Amino acid sequence: MTNDSLPMLHATGISKFFPGTIALDDVDLTLHRGEIHALLGENGAGKSTLIKCLTGVYRRDGGAIMLDGQTVDPTSTNHSQSLGIGTVYQEVNLLPNLTVAENLYLGRQPMRGPFVARRAMNEAARTSLKGFGIDIDPAQPLSTYSVAVQQVVAIARAVEMSGKVLILDEPTASLDLDEVKLLFSVIRQLKSRGIAIVFITHFLDQVFDLCDRATVLRNGQVVGSRVLKDVSQRDIVTLMLGRQLDTAPSAAKSAAVGAPLLQIESLGKSGMLDPFSLTIRKGEVVGLAGLLGSGRTETSKLVFGAVRADSGTMKLNGKDISVTSPRDAVAHGFALCPEDRKTEGIIGDLSVRDNIVLALQARQGWLRPIPRRKVDEIAEHYVRTLDIRLANLDVPIRLLSGGNQQKALLARWLATDPDVLILDEPTRGIDIGAHAEIIALIGRLQQDGMALLVASSEMEELVAYANRVIVLRDRKQVGELVGADITSVNIIKAIAAETRHEALQ
Amino acid sequence: MTRSPFLKRITPQLIILAIVLLLNVLVLPDFFTVKFQNGRLFGNIIDVLNRGAPTALLCVGMTLVIATKGIDLSVGAVMAIAGATAASLVVEGQHWTTAVMGALAVGALCGAWNGILVAFLRIQPIVATLVLMVAGRGIAQLITEGTILTFLDQGLIHLGAGTVLGIPTPILIWLSLGSFAAFLVRRTALGLLIESIGINEASSRLAGINSRVLLLCVYVVSGIGAAVAGVIVTADIQGADANNAGLWLELDAILAVVIGGNSLLGGKFSIVASLLGAMIIQSVNSVILLSGMPPEFNLVIKALLILAILVIQSPKVSHIIYILRASTPPAKVDRPNPAKELKR
Repeated sequence: MTNDSLPMLHATGISKFFPGTIALDDVDLTLHRGEIHALLGENGAGKSTLIKCLTGVYRRDGGAIMLDGQTVDPTSTNHSQSLGIGTVYQEVNLLPNLTVAENLYLGRQPMRGPFVARRAMNEAARTSLKGFGIDIDPAQPLSTYSVAVQQVVAIARAVEMSGKVLILDEPTASLDLDEVKLLFSVIRQLKSRGIAIVFITHFLDQVFDLCDRATVLRNGQVVGSRVLKDVSQRDIVTLMLGRQLDTAPSAAKSAAVGAPLLQIESLGKSGMLDPFSLTIRKGEVVGLAGLLGSGRTETSKLVFGAVRADSGTMKLNGKDISVTSPRDAVAHGFALCPEDRKTEGIIGDLSVRDNIVLALQARQGWLRPIPRRKVDEIAEHYVRTLDIRLANLDVPIRLLSGGNQQKALLARWLATDPDVLILDEPTRGIDIGAHAEIIALIGRLQQDGMALLVASSEMEELVAYANRVIVLRDRKQVGELVGADITSVNIIKAIAAETRHEALQ
Repeated sequence: MTRSPFLKRITPQLIILAIVLLLNVLVLPDFFTVKFQNGRLFGNIIDVLNRGAPTALLCVGMTLVIATKGIDLSVGAVMAIAGATAASLVVEGQHWTTAVMGALAVGALCGAWNGILVAFLRIQPIVATLVLMVAGRGIAQLITEGTILTFLDQGLIHLGAGTVLGIPTPILIWLSLGSFAAFLVRRTALGLLIESIGINEASSRLAGINSRVLLLCVYVVSGIGAAVAGVIVTADIQGADANNAGLWLELDAILAVVIGGNSLLGGKFSIVASLLGAMIIQSVNSVILLSGMPPEFNLVIKALLILAILVIQSPKVSHIIYILRASTPPAKVDRPNPAKELKR
């Protein structure tokens, strides 16, 4: 009954209302067989709502879905899966303590009588995964493998159970370069099998690398669908934002740097980070570069006292200081925006207002509450200067988009008027508009004389704002780049040089 | 929408309380009649306020503990320990004020014990406080040496059975301590900081909040509240009963907090709503008592009434209401339009 000329999935006029807002307004989406289709848009544009309507998580309020030429009406994820629409989310939805094979066949294990045919299951899993180009022992617990492999297992499970449409929601967000490559080869293979694939990501490079077409959403409406080989990144960004971005994100880098502010002397923690020394000057942005797990986050946490160092000393303005807890750090004028916004940054249920004044209030102590008028003044000031978009200050912060949450966290720390601002992945998972604004903000803060330590996996970003880049690998410092030497190529070289060095040993 | 957020927060509790009080009036028409006799106010509504004192005192600390994502199962046992301490001190001939101070100190110590287990040794609150819940009655028995320790010290008895200006002392104690606590957490930054560690302790710590000390403090407050409740109960019956003082009252206190609309998962809290919850529970007790139903029905009816209250407040039910309200799509004109902007 399959007809190759028909699109695999044809959704028309999809609408979804939430109280007071129109989340999706008459959205059309067409997926062809063997097509990798990017779904793009800023945070809150309606990407995930559209996916949830297609997979039955939400009931759509209007529109029709044709799958393989037949009208379907998915009512739950299970239902959509059995119809042929499989989904893989950014956070792998598998059970890490079960084996790879068990994860693949959970709920549909091959049986021998009343027992699970374990050997047959493992064999089938091995063959199936080999088909995706990964050769692993499926009898091992899933948690023993990298996130990329887990991601592939999730994809394999989704494809075997569904097999017509595969939706990948930010699959590459926590993967490093090699892992992305592995994942892309798997996705390309699925494309050749004629599966229609939806790819959602914030990384435009990956979109152009992998996808055939892109549909761009803005404010719940489709603003365009493009064949990617006919357009440039700039065109797509313009579609997403509805305005032209001036240039590639860049901060006004001022070369003038002041006196040494923070001197870190062989700070380290065994098993976590080798002792390192670092001097940060006033008005200087020091970047921390390295692959995932190289020690970027660990460095920022040690400096901030979030993890207690077991060796080393710190001097602030030439005076010895002891930082054994974030509280100490805050008292000395440090601030840290952590990598994991949700679990370590925001206080989800508290209002944006409370989130913004929290650090200042914590530093003042509970006996000296900030007067309500002052609180409003501070919150409104930062909402204005950082352009935080919200309905009002009473909204719980968890309801804001990623970019706005990040800005509110920056506001929380800027309100304490810090001398040393540590940013760990300040632009992760936020939309492109907020991205550029945060980078510009880093430049402004630097010019105001703040010392910044910024850990980032985005090399172009570091190149844009850092005066100095420390390269980390395997939890130790392996290189330092200054001034004009800071280029993506040199950073990669610094990381790779060490690899070669180790290979020789 | 001119209602203040505070009123809006406690509206459900006020409505439920009104309904339960109405039930009281249905079974006893002169429920609200208050008489002034022998220098003391008498009446069923006064009884509700008076009998509800222990639960009300417990639920203040319990609200704070639960706001930090914790729970304090030991408060009933701490009541017994504090009561036993106070009784044994006056029996030994100490002044009643010394006895009360001693009981409060013991309560604070018990709270500090819980707090250290939770905040510093990172033991799950339900397990950590279970230790004292079980051991506490034993400790109380050791203090009373296994007997019901009776006393005749008028100063101490006055705290449980006496009156000030005609109003029973327990009412004045819980009203003043309850409003002091409610005032304190909202007028200082304590409320914000407690809510913040209850919602996300990791984030709060990174924001520079001293979460451990704060956690310790809420358990100490809970212990002191329990001690006050224990003294009142002991003074009321003029004797310390290690086995029965405050028995199962920790559950009433938790229930009061839940009826007060506070989530057991921590975060936003309202002490006033919990206090209303305590009064709701006491009013339910009162309905059962006044209806003249056979006593064997009491617990079942109480359970049913409370189940009804909880079902009304359940997130699922409110979600259904939300869905019903939301099912009509907003008209397209709801998009920002200049007229609306002007109105603001």
